[in-house]
Amino acid sequence: MITIVDYGLGNLGSVANMLRRIGVRSVITSSPAEVSKAEALILPGVGHFDTGMRNIAKSGLREVLDERVLHAQVPMLGICLGAQLLGKGSEEGSEPGLGWVDATCRRFSFEAGVTLPVPHMGWNEVEPVDQQMFEGHEPGRTRFYFVHSFHFECAQPRDVAGWSTYGYRFASAVRHDNLWGVQFHPEKSHAFGMRVLKNYTSWLGSRRLAA
Amino acid sequence: MLRSRVIPTLLLHDGGLVKTRQFEAPQYVGDPINAVKIFNEKEVDELFLLDIDASKNGRGPDVARVRDIVSEAFMPVAYGGGITTFEQASQLLSAGLEKIVLNTAALRNLALVTELKNAYGAQCVVGSIDVYKHWPHEPRVFSHSGVAPPEADPVTWARRLVDAGVGELLIQNVRRDGTLEGFDLALATGFVGLGVPVVMAGGGNEPEQFKPLFQMGVSGVALGARFVFYGPHRAVLISYLTPEQMSQLTEAK
Repeated sequence: MITIVDYGLGNLGSVANMLRRIGVRSVITSSPAEVSKAEALILPGVGHFDTGMRNIAKSGLREVLDERVLHAQVPMLGICLGAQLLGKGSEEGSEPGLGWVDATCRRFSFEAGVTLPVPHMGWNEVEPVDQQMFEGHEPGRTRFYFVHSFHFECAQPRDVAGWSTYGYRFASAVRHDNLWGVQFHPEKSHAFGMRVLKNYTSWLGSRRLAA
Repeated sequence: MLRSRVIPTLLLHDGGLVKTRQFEAPQYVGDPINAVKIFNEKEVDELFLLDIDASKNGRGPDVARVRDIVSEAFMPVAYGGGITTFEQASQLLSAGLEKIVLNTAALRNLALVTELKNAYGAQCVVGSIDVYKHWPHEPRVFSHSGVAPPEADPVTWARRLVDAGVGELLIQNVRRDGTLEGFDLALATGFVGLGVPVVMAGGGNEPEQFKPLFQMGVSGVALGARFVFYGPHRAVLISYLTPEQMSQLTEAK
């Protein structure tokens, strides 16, 4: 059972729909009590960084998320804004992030003469670093849907799980201990995104076996 | 490399899916949920889902219906039609949509764009402009729901939409809608360079003709008739480009 954290931002239904399609049970909740019992988490979200952090604080989820992720070491997959929130902060706002990953988010900013529109919106490729997250990746075919104006900058190179290029190379996936974060939207990336969600659930299964 | 997007446009009318010609004469082409399932199999880049009656008839979006349709979609979906309030847009976004398309609503109340941008980010607000061109007159902003546009000039209006906070522009040549005669390449030039992704619509047909648009800096093309009709008699057949055609388009950039 995967607990999808609802903090009032974004597209939770799509994540649940895709999990249903791959035969994984999930529940969408904003209740701290329910989150405190979670065995595996997904933190989705679309929107402004500060709104995200403030909503998490307002809904009383902050303490219980810290407890689950840091102490109970429960796996979490952050998607888009949900992934950005795992880091320390963002140029988008002034609120500190959850601070679990040593990363900050920067706005796309290109060298002189490069006039690419921001947000980075559309289908792009990922150069996998983390083989578990991108198991089944087919270079040249696998693609993901992105829509974002800010991207990670990881202080620890080993936290980068995948790279993409838009004007320059940026970290489009991160991994740190029990935390996975993807800047793209697996729930809106057809079979390619389904594969990443399956990889996440198989990893959950293998952790359970090892435990 | 970022792929150029090729986006089927689905028009909702009386609960079914239709295709129009020059914004008129809706022809029934099938059930929207079924169409979405086919487009999943074809792994399409994205979908535009537009309710063509809502604004015209002064009613709000049918959120429950949109939710049913979108729950089958494993690609990003943008919805437009009948949105007048922030609450409606919020409900639609939590129903599983990625983007809200504003046309009439922006003409009436540009502040709604800013309100949505502040809450959800510019990436989820698409500013849609229908352009009417009738030589020798200058192109002008057209409103299918009969609202007087605050700006007559489409590029001036686009700039105001971008300033207000739209993260994407959908530009449609009204007179080419449903005609399959090809995109209006000249129309695109003024909108590229406003700093946000631009999607062109109206008349789209053969992929060879998308290339010059992409080379010009257009991010995506939206097509209706090309993906729901087949042959000279416009038999209904849902189709999309092949993966080979799609990768050629990206290489062409």
